[in-house]
Formats: sequence, C-alpha cells, structure tokens
Amino acid sequence: MSAPKQMHLAAHFPGVNNTTVWADPRSGSQIDFSSFVHLARTAERGTFDFFFLAEGLRLREHNGLIHDLDVVGRPESLTVLNALAAVTDRLGLAATVNATFNEPYELARRLASLDHLSGGRAAWNVVTSSDAFTGENFRRGGFLDRADRYTRAAEFVSTARELWDSWTPDGISRPVTHSGEHFGIAGEFTVPRAPQGHPVVIQAGDSAEGREFAASAADVIFTRHGTLDAGRAFYADVKGRLAAYGRRPEDLKIMPGVSFVLGDTDAEAQQNADEIRRLQVSPQNAILALEQVWGRDLSSYDPDGPLPATDPDPESTLVQGRVRVGDPLAVAAKWRALSEAKGLSIRQTVIETTARQSFIGSPDTVAAGLAEFVAADAADGFILVPHLTPGGLDDFVDRVVPLLRERGVFRSEYTGTTLRSHLGLAEPVWKG
Amino acid sequence: MSASRPLHLAAEIGGPPHYYAGHYLALARLAEQGALDFVTLGDSFTRPGLDALAVLSRIAPDTDRIGLVPTVTTTHTEPFHVSSAVATLDWVSGGRAGWNAEVSTTGAEARLFGRRPAAPVTELWQEAGEVADVSARLWDSWEDDAEIRDVATGRFVDRDKLHPVDFEGRTFSVRGPAIVPRPPQGRPVTVIDGTSGPARETAARHADVVYARATTPERAAAIRDDVRRRAAAHGRDPDTLRVLVALTVDLGDAESAPEPGLSSGPQLAGGGSYYRGGPVDLAELITRWHRGGAVDGFHLTPIAPGRDLERIVNGTVALLQHRSLFRTFHPGGTLREHLGLARPASRYALARTGEEA
Repeated sequence: MSAPKQMHLAAHFPGVNNTTVWADPRSGSQIDFSSFVHLARTAERGTFDFFFLAEGLRLREHNGLIHDLDVVGRPESLTVLNALAAVTDRLGLAATVNATFNEPYELARRLASLDHLSGGRAAWNVVTSSDAFTGENFRRGGFLDRADRYTRAAEFVSTARELWDSWTPDGISRPVTHSGEHFGIAGEFTVPRAPQGHPVVIQAGDSAEGREFAASAADVIFTRHGTLDAGRAFYADVKGRLAAYGRRPEDLKIMPGVSFVLGDTDAEAQQNADEIRRLQVSPQNAILALEQVWGRDLSSYDPDGPLPATDPDPESTLVQGRVRVGDPLAVAAKWRALSEAKGLSIRQTVIETTARQSFIGSPDTVAAGLAEFVAADAADGFILVPHLTPGGLDDFVDRVVPLLRERGVFRSEYTGTTLRSHLGLAEPVWKG
Repeated sequence: MSASRPLHLAAEIGGPPHYYAGHYLALARLAEQGALDFVTLGDSFTRPGLDALAVLSRIAPDTDRIGLVPTVTTTHTEPFHVSSAVATLDWVSGGRAGWNAEVSTTGAEARLFGRRPAAPVTELWQEAGEVADVSARLWDSWEDDAEIRDVATGRFVDRDKLHPVDFEGRTFSVRGPAIVPRPPQGRPVTVIDGTSGPARETAARHADVVYARATTPERAAAIRDDVRRRAAAHGRDPDTLRVLVALTVDLGDAESAPEPGLSSGPQLAGGGSYYRGGPVDLAELITRWHRGGAVDGFHLTPIAPGRDLERIVNGTVALLQHRSLFRTFHPGGTLREHLGLARPASRYALARTGEEA
C-alpha cells in the first residue's frame, strides 16, 4: 500500500476582521510584532508550510463612515515577513500584495529580497483590485475594469518572472527588455537569482478568470470552498485546467482557507463554536452584515427583531472597500425564507448564514475531517484562520498536528529548507 | 553654549552588495555596541543589492537599540506604500525606524518603470517633500488611542480618532487614513541630504535629520544655519532638527598621518566630503567641529564598512566616549530618544481637542 497523500498546512494572521474575537480576554495585540512572532513560531513548531498575511490598502467604509470592525489596522506584509525571517528558520512567508497598485520591477525586487533574506521562503499572494474606492489612495487610481485587472496581473507575474530569470543560475546578469500591453520596462535587475529561483506564487479568488489565471501561473490557489462536494468540484475543475498550460496536476496546490474550533469532545467543541459565533456576530456586526446585503442604513433595526420588510438596494454604495457577494435580492430572499422557517431574529439569521467554521470537534474529529478532505481530493491542504490572536493556533499545533502525524498524512519534521521543498514544488526551469 | 549640545553619530553599512542578512547584522551590532544613533543602508533601483528597507527589517529583531534608516526613493513608488512600509519598520523594531528620502534622477531608473521620463531634480524634490508630508499625515491619521476595544458597544476602534488625510499633491493624491496604526514613535524619523539647493528646501520643511556635505566647519555651519532659518520660516522650531555632516571616511591605513588637507578639513571627492586618515584624527576632527558649534553630529560612510566601521567604533567612538564627548550606552529605546527629538502628537488629535500644535 502506498503512503497516503501528504497534507499542506499554512497559518493566516487575519488581524481585526469580522471573524476575529478581539473581545476575548485571551486576545492580544493585533499589531505588536510580538503577536506575529508568537503565531509564526507556533506554526513553525507545527512544521507548517507557510505563514500567510493579507494586506490592507484602504480602511473599509460603511454608510459613509469608517467600518470600525473590519480590517481595522494591518502592517505592511513584506516588511513584517522580513522581520519574521529573523525569528523563524524554515517557515514559508507569504505576503499578499496587490498587482493593480504596484509596479513589476519594484515588487519583483522586494520579493526577491525576501527570498534571499529568508533563505528561500518567500511567497507572493497575487490579488487584484478594480475598486476605485481603494484606488483613491494611489497615484494611478482605480481605473482598471474587471477584465483588465487579470490581464494586468498575468502580465505582472510574467514580467516579474522575466526579471527573476534575467540572472542565469551561474550568476550572470543580463538586461531585460519588456514591452507589453501594461508594462514597458528596460534595464538590469539588481538582485541575483533568488534561492527558490522564483518566490512561490499564490492566487486567491474563485472567478473563472481567477481559476484560469491560477492554472496558468500560480503554484498555490487559496480558495473558500467549505464543503467536501464543493471542494471536490473545484479541485477537479482547477486541476483539469492545468494541462492546457503544459502543467501537471501536482504543480498547483489547492488550499482552502478554513476555520476550526476544538473541544475535548465533539459536544464541547460545538458549544465553543456556538459561543464564538455569538461573539463574532455581535449585535453591531449583525446589523453591519445585514446592511452589507441590503445596502441600506438599518441602524435603527433591533438585532434581536425580524428582518427588514423592505428589499435591498442593488445599486447601493453604502459598503465601500468590500465586494458585495452575489445578487442582494436573491440573498435577501434566502435569508427571509430561513428566518421564517426557523423563526430566527436578524442576529440568529446572520449567525446561521455566514458561518465560516469549517472544522469543529475534538482533535480526533478535526484531524479526521482534514484528512478526509485531502484523501478525497477536495484539497491539497489548508490555510488555517484562527479566531484568536496570537494564541489561536496553539491548541491546533499541540493537539491536532500530532494526530495528523500519527495518521501519516503530515510531516513530523521539515525535510527541506525552502518553501518550494515543503510544498513539493519543483524549482522553476530557468528560461533565459 | 553650543558645546553642551549632545553629539550624534550615525554610520552607513552599505558597500559591495551581500545577499544574506548576517553581513548587515554584524555591522549593525557593531554600531550598536558603539551606542551610535543609527545605521543607514543606501539604496536605489539601479544599485546592485537587496531592497534596503527589507534588509533593515530583517535585522530589526536581532538588534535592540540602534536606529535603522534605509534609503527609500520617492520618485517611482506609491507614497501610500512608502508610509506603510516605514511605519511597519517602526513596529517591528519597537520604535527605531527612520527613512532617508531620496529621489531617482536618472533615465535608467525611469526605464525600469516605464511610467514617466526622468524629471528635473527640482520637481523631484518638490514631490519628495509631498511624499514626506503625506507620510507624516498618514502616520498621524490614527490617533494614539484610536484602539479602544469597547466590548459594551462592540467597537474595536473609535472611528472619530481615524482621519482621512485628503492630500492633493501635484503628481499624486491620497485619501487615507493609514491602514497601519500609528507607529511607536508617532512619526518615524525622516532624513534628507540637504546639501543641494532643491533638496535643502525640502529638508528644512520635512526632515528631522539633515545631512550636510561640507569640507570645512564654516561651510557646515553655514548649511546648518540656512536649514534652521528655512525651517523657522516654515513655522518649525529649529531645535527639532539635527544637522549631521555627511563624511565618507577611509581609515584603511590607520598608521599613516592624516591627509595633508586635514588641518583645514576633509577633501572634496565625487560631490561629497571625503576624509582619509586614522581613527584618532577622525575623533579630533569630530571634536573640533562639534565643539565649535558647526554641527549636531556626523553621518559617516566608511568606504569599506567591514574594515572601517570596526575602526570607527573601537577607535574613534571609544576615544570620544573616553573624553565624555559621546554617550557609552543608549539611554532610551527609540531613535527619536537617541536623537533627543520629542515624540510628536498627532496633528489630528491636536485639532480635534483644540490644543495648540
């Protein structure tokens, strides 16, 4: 019998957002470097593949006011990760950096710098924006439409790779001339080939364009498919797109972002999960979530009362800096049906409909659930999103990781030094 | 009396590029042992080597007290990213960050971006001033006590203490507020070389530390007086500025007599001031210029950091310490404290509470 498929694990440091339980007494600073050190070192103790940071480019707004509960304060990713390279040895370091509001030469240089300074542990999570609201913080504004931002991102990644490949593996630098639709650059790249050849490229997003872009250019895709069936469908779809680009299924790792709640027993874990949901969906957050669907000021509604009788405003600009998911009228209809069927208040409805807790149970149950997803080809691994900072990963590493190791589905020690080696990705072929 | 002003010393740790952190860490630790105010790492998009801010972020957790001042260019970068990265360096270093604002003047740099041709240097320094201005506004845009964690009302921050900066410059605009909470120093330290005309005005208006390249104490004093006068014209207290003579030093032949020019000062070379001689004579020069009130201190660029920084710290600095002209330890924890600069209050907090700036 062959060895079971190996799982990949990463840790996300979310900062303050709508899943963060900052009111818990165990919740520490969301910005002090010591918090980042604790979570990163815990992940490394658990022999995780990498540590993952989101980025913030504009504080979100809600009804014309700064949204005081979602993405409130974040450090700049690459700078924190360079510092974390000093206090970790093997852990991969993944920065989310927008391809819309950066330039390839500068970002390729910063990523190559992180890869050198960390000894081959850098990763770049490529995201894009078509959001003029976010663009108001930048020289070039938010002029790209949805289609253009992916063509720009694809050209951005390929241009970065041209720069990384401009040094031969023997250390000879050669000038780069790139003349494309979005970028025209000429000159010499000043950083020699990085330890990983190219930093690992991660892509986040679920649209058809996003899947195609990941299939053509990414090493890891970060998804949100929470159920086994949805995960398997996504996995098959994305892996099936690779051949068209001359790539093998194992060249792209599929890693959903998941939350988890542990307890000594499954029942206790469920109780913990219910309590966490109540804290995540505070009365204030319940109204905010409702307003994100309705696009209207609903601040006068009682979170413990019924859903609004009025319909959502599909053209609303009440929420800024966050994409409204789906058709608001359809979402509202679904919420109303659920609320009426079960007799739920606004807050109870939000708790039921926005659940993000993927794995709840005893350490055994959670380990079995994670292993099942990987064995069933619903995922190659997971990006774990703890609800507490900085200690939210401690129990997972202490109690679940040993069980995954016992099952033979997760490493007991690092066998390589680079993130590519942790992920089982080949060093990119030098294209001189 | 000018001689009572504390002496400030800083050193550049760049040189031929290295691609691992240990090289830079060893130099920064050496400077830290000498209780220097800060180390700098020069940079440009055409300079071979790693991103300077990345290198100093990488060594921040492995150092304790030394200030960390990377060069950050303002011509081809996004001002919002610049302010976020420098604020984050301040967070990861516990309040030891600064940045040396520079401009990119060459066509070679412009062609790496393909967005704009090389612009006249006067325009670039005006823009650099705007980047320094908007950075300071972004650093102020979260009041210090904006994080309230009020469980009763469910608010993590007090949104009344977060402020859009609404900055409209000639070449860019930024809405704000910052995404990074206000850094430990309030505002990381801004450093600008104010020797040339276009840069001096920007330095007088926006810098905390100003470099002056000069070959005589008289010339250094003239630059210092001019910078202070211009700062006052912008409504700043000139005593919140530190003017450091920028000197390239070659201590390669420590046994030799100083260059003949030493009696009247360092030599001019390559647009900068260049000192060649021994560490003891360098200490004499520093003492004489500082005692005469010409400057607040020195920024020393060793031509061979691995060799010369050791001679600076164990020779020149040790002698200055022995003579009680320079401190033997860092009494504070932040770069502002080393420089004797107050932690600024957020302008928005002052405006909100009606206090005088």
